[in-house]
Amino acid sequence: MVDTSNIAPITRTAFAAAEAMPDALGRFGRFGGTYAPETLMPAISELIAAYEEAKRDPAFQAEIDELATHYVGRATPLYEAKRFAAEAGGADGPRIFLKREDLAHTGAHKINNALGQALLAKRMGKPRIIAETGAGQHGVATATACALLGLKCIVYMGEVDIQRQSLNVFRMKLLGAEVISVRSGSQTLKDAINEAIRDWVTNVDDTFYIFGTVAGMHPYPMMVRDFQSVIGREARAQVQEQTGSLPDAIVACVGGGSNAMGLFYPFLNDESVEIIGVEAGGHGLESGHHAATLVTGEEGVLHGSWSYVLMDDDGQIVETHSISAGLDYPGVGPELSHMKYTGRARFVSITDEEALDGFKLLCRTEGIIPALESSHAISYAAKLAKEMGSGKTMVINLSGRGDKDMHTVADALGVTL
Amino acid sequence: MTDTATSTSRIGATFERLREEGRTALMPFHTAGFPTLESSKRIIRALIDAGADLVEVGVPFSDPIADGVSVQGTGQIALQNGTRLKDCVELVRQLRTEGITAPLLLMGYYNPILKYGVERFVADCAAAGVDGFIVPDLPIEESAALREACVAHNRDLIFMVAPTSTDDRLVAAAERGTGFLYCVSVTGVTGARDSMSQTLGDYIARVRAHSNLPLAIGFGISKPEHVRQVGELAEGAIVGAALINALNSVADDEKPAKAAEFVRFLRGE
Ligand SMILES: Cc1ncc(COP(=O)(O)O)c(C=O)c1O
Repeated sequence: MVDTSNIAPITRTAFAAAEAMPDALGRFGRFGGTYAPETLMPAISELIAAYEEAKRDPAFQAEIDELATHYVGRATPLYEAKRFAAEAGGADGPRIFLKREDLAHTGAHKINNALGQALLAKRMGKPRIIAETGAGQHGVATATACALLGLKCIVYMGEVDIQRQSLNVFRMKLLGAEVISVRSGSQTLKDAINEAIRDWVTNVDDTFYIFGTVAGMHPYPMMVRDFQSVIGREARAQVQEQTGSLPDAIVACVGGGSNAMGLFYPFLNDESVEIIGVEAGGHGLESGHHAATLVTGEEGVLHGSWSYVLMDDDGQIVETHSISAGLDYPGVGPELSHMKYTGRARFVSITDEEALDGFKLLCRTEGIIPALESSHAISYAAKLAKEMGSGKTMVINLSGRGDKDMHTVADALGVTL
Repeated sequence: MTDTATSTSRIGATFERLREEGRTALMPFHTAGFPTLESSKRIIRALIDAGADLVEVGVPFSDPIADGVSVQGTGQIALQNGTRLKDCVELVRQLRTEGITAPLLLMGYYNPILKYGVERFVADCAAAGVDGFIVPDLPIEESAALREACVAHNRDLIFMVAPTSTDDRLVAAAERGTGFLYCVSVTGVTGARDSMSQTLGDYIARVRAHSNLPLAIGFGISKPEHVRQVGELAEGAIVGAALINALNSVADDEKPAKAAEFVRFLRGE
């Protein structure tokens, strides 16, 4: 357990402002909301009420904490990556810490949210769980939580993702989930979400939709953020314990934004902390084949919320590209959209190739194989380390481990397994 | 021909006339740009010539979360054809130029409308002769901007209600919607179904208790018996996926004739 005795308290007044987000309609400033079919609206109200009630119930929180400790393996370590820092920033570079979500059960941060929502589903008496997945990490996390709690689990996954993440498909099936291939549209994460929403509309009475990121309709952006913010609460305490102060910068990759919001949220009111989100630059922004929604997108409505979106000039959502399936999404969470709009965070992009360089660098210097998603944050952090100077501290969210990406990386490196 | 604003909408007047005639409104849905833009115009004409009372013109969208495979398929083809929102508006304008007087509604998702600009979109639609809008991913809570524009340009904004809608949501939809209420027959997405829900009568009675608007029932209607059943409960029957399935059973150049045949089939003629 982390000793919190010498840690700066999260400032009350400032934090109250952040806590007030979203408002009753699910708005983070101009972003968020509930753009959902009428059939779902009563279920969404029911979900909001059930979540608010559970959040106030100490027994619910205790149940989560218990599983977090003994099942997920929390707190995850905050590990100082000294050889990586030396290689990336040189002798005068910053101290670099990795928040080791890759060590959480199932190998990524996704379990924090999946368990929280599965416990809520059980509390609400919903026996049937649906989920979407891109990389397969959220699908695996949801299948895991359902196996643990005895819930029926159906996972929607784009056919393209099924091909590139076959290992995770097999894991989900072993865990007792049914994996349904989605062949509409671009056959990736956004289409899996469409299909999961259609299932929810159809089976709303007995079905709970465990959504995997901080995007989508209210209350998901709030609820997923709350379940993931354990990452930032731990990291904020751990970094102060190890360095005696708050970090100068915190960095996370952004797909829909759940690992990023999870790390960022407890730091929102620490004004000295620079917040940086790293999106997928794919083949490069100028190529048009990327998933850099906050860097290049515009305001619109996708999957039930107002946020930055990648669209064409007719408002059609465009197909994205990233080497990492988990970042391959044309939308992003409304709270991150708000943070871009207000300037509280800045957002950058890293190409496939740069992500692979980051991937290899961490493997070689630290003996840690990161997920390709997380490799985007690693790669940007390596760039930033060169500019930051000495006496500074940076925390990177290592959102997941890279075992699932072995085939993709081997392919990219021209190796036949 | 541009449309002059009148206090009674063309949709309202049509339901009024049908009520006097003791008939149920038959309201087919057809996606603009399916199988091509020109062909979709011929299909819509054929629907009206064969006796459709109002037509919902579907606007294709890349991510239609409330639609089943039939409607999704037509949207995908329309997008591949390059159909854009402005083409859908232009389609209606051309139908008006050709003398079509039946109410024409646009049914589509919110993001293309947002991108076009809500106020400009409604203004252009009003000038083209579009009578109203159905936006499946825009619940009452988020509808203020579109509603305001519809009031300004005297267009109808039709809200959907569902079997899951609570009484206070039915009240809100009845208060804020105009034209008619779109009663989704089942909890589900669009798609042809073999039979109508057993509990449809109770649900429609509940809607009726909270609203004075004409009621149109949609989702799943595929047979003349369904249209007859719906006619006993509501003022209108909306048919989408079943028409698409019928159109898909014939070659593209036979689709307009098939559309007309399907309208007569549903009417029990
Ligand atoms: C390891 C890992 N990191 C990051 C992501 C991206 O999701 P988010 O932006 O919600 O954290 C994923 C998604 O699958 C993932 O598996």
